[in-house]
Amino acid sequence: MMSDEQQSLPSHVQIDEQPLQRQQLFHPRANTVAKVSIIGGLLAVALAFFLWGVYTRSPYYTGATVTVDQPVPFSHKHHVGELGIDCRMCHTSVEQSASAGMPATQTCMTCHSQIWANSPVLAPVHESFRSGVPIAWNRVYELPGYVYFNHSIHVQKGIGCVSCHGQIDEMPLTAKAVPLTMQWCLNCHRAPEKYIRPRDEVFNTRWVAQDQLTQGRKLVDDYHIVAGGRLTNCSICHR
Amino acid sequence: MLNVRLRAYKRPHRGAVVGGFWVIFALAVLVGCGPNMQRQPRYQPYDASQFFPDGTSSRPLEADTVSRENLHTDTLRYTGKINGKLADTFPLPVTRDLLTRGHERYGIYCAPCHGPLGDGNGVIVQRGFSQPPSFHTDTLRNAPAGLFFDVITNGYGLMYPYAARVQPDDRWAIAAYIRALQLSQHATLHDVPPDQQPKLQEAQP
Repeated sequence: MMSDEQQSLPSHVQIDEQPLQRQQLFHPRANTVAKVSIIGGLLAVALAFFLWGVYTRSPYYTGATVTVDQPVPFSHKHHVGELGIDCRMCHTSVEQSASAGMPATQTCMTCHSQIWANSPVLAPVHESFRSGVPIAWNRVYELPGYVYFNHSIHVQKGIGCVSCHGQIDEMPLTAKAVPLTMQWCLNCHRAPEKYIRPRDEVFNTRWVAQDQLTQGRKLVDDYHIVAGGRLTNCSICHR
Repeated sequence: MLNVRLRAYKRPHRGAVVGGFWVIFALAVLVGCGPNMQRQPRYQPYDASQFFPDGTSSRPLEADTVSRENLHTDTLRYTGKINGKLADTFPLPVTRDLLTRGHERYGIYCAPCHGPLGDGNGVIVQRGFSQPPSFHTDTLRNAPAGLFFDVITNGYGLMYPYAARVQPDDRWAIAAYIRALQLSQHATLHDVPPDQQPKLQEAQP
């Protein structure tokens, strides 16, 4: 019986003839390795989250401060900052509609039928006016499809153009001035009194508050902006 | 004799089952990641379109389309004319609010060329655009208010039409404000209310 069993064992198995001893599988150093890998693993996960946060907030990802190529190098600095033309001269629907409105080529031609009429820089404008094909501007502020933004309500409730569009009157080429992340939107939706201004000053790119918080609280009241978290309700922006 | 050794079924290790489940679950969830929700199959204003031959998603109105609220039967209010002749009356009551609105709209759309005073010396003119006539001439002082409405609507000379940019009631507001501008530049002492006249005379050097 005994001999039968021994014969059936594979050749590499050896029966230890020594008395049974407790043998350590791991060297004592393994304790340190284990601790380091647990802590290091957690740190690596934390670092990954941190780096992801840095990346998604960086201009590389959000596009903030990065100018967008356009068919005509239109300068807000020249038209707004130097000539003092009001925003609504071109963005005519900003007070009534969700979209601020892009100017028709006819709007450009109101002045450029005479001014800089032969400049090659403006060739696409004149070509568009002749052919009737709109100029294909590239979007600078692009929101995801699940965000329903409306310009008119912001303008009516005293949020100035520059609050979101930055010092547009100083931009030779147009860039997004803000990251446009949800966190950025919430900064104001959580505390509108920090950003709100009198309706008369909405289109004034040079307006500076004397005492923003005091005036802001009053304006939030005057303009019936509902406090108590309703501005941060999901369905305010996501419908 | 069949020379096949049948291997007995071995239950997999419990950890492997749980681990495998999580891997499959994670893969199933990751399938949902993508820009589908960010770019939904609907047009946002001014989006390009591959469907329409002109490449734009904004559609021009069919000719002679009239929406219910735009049935403009009030010819004075929407053309500035009565029986085909430019009218010298306003279809809206000329109130302080209308003048304030006109002042604001004038500043946006007119002042760049006509200047804040209406003398035709706006910043665009200083940059080389042909100078428009001043509002402070006898011809324009005696012109009917409907003329200003008509010129804003249809343009005049080198001035392009502003019908697409300035709504009809705003055109009347601007016309009223131009009247106020004309008065302000052509006023005599007798136009000042009697109780205010001494104040003016005191201010005179």
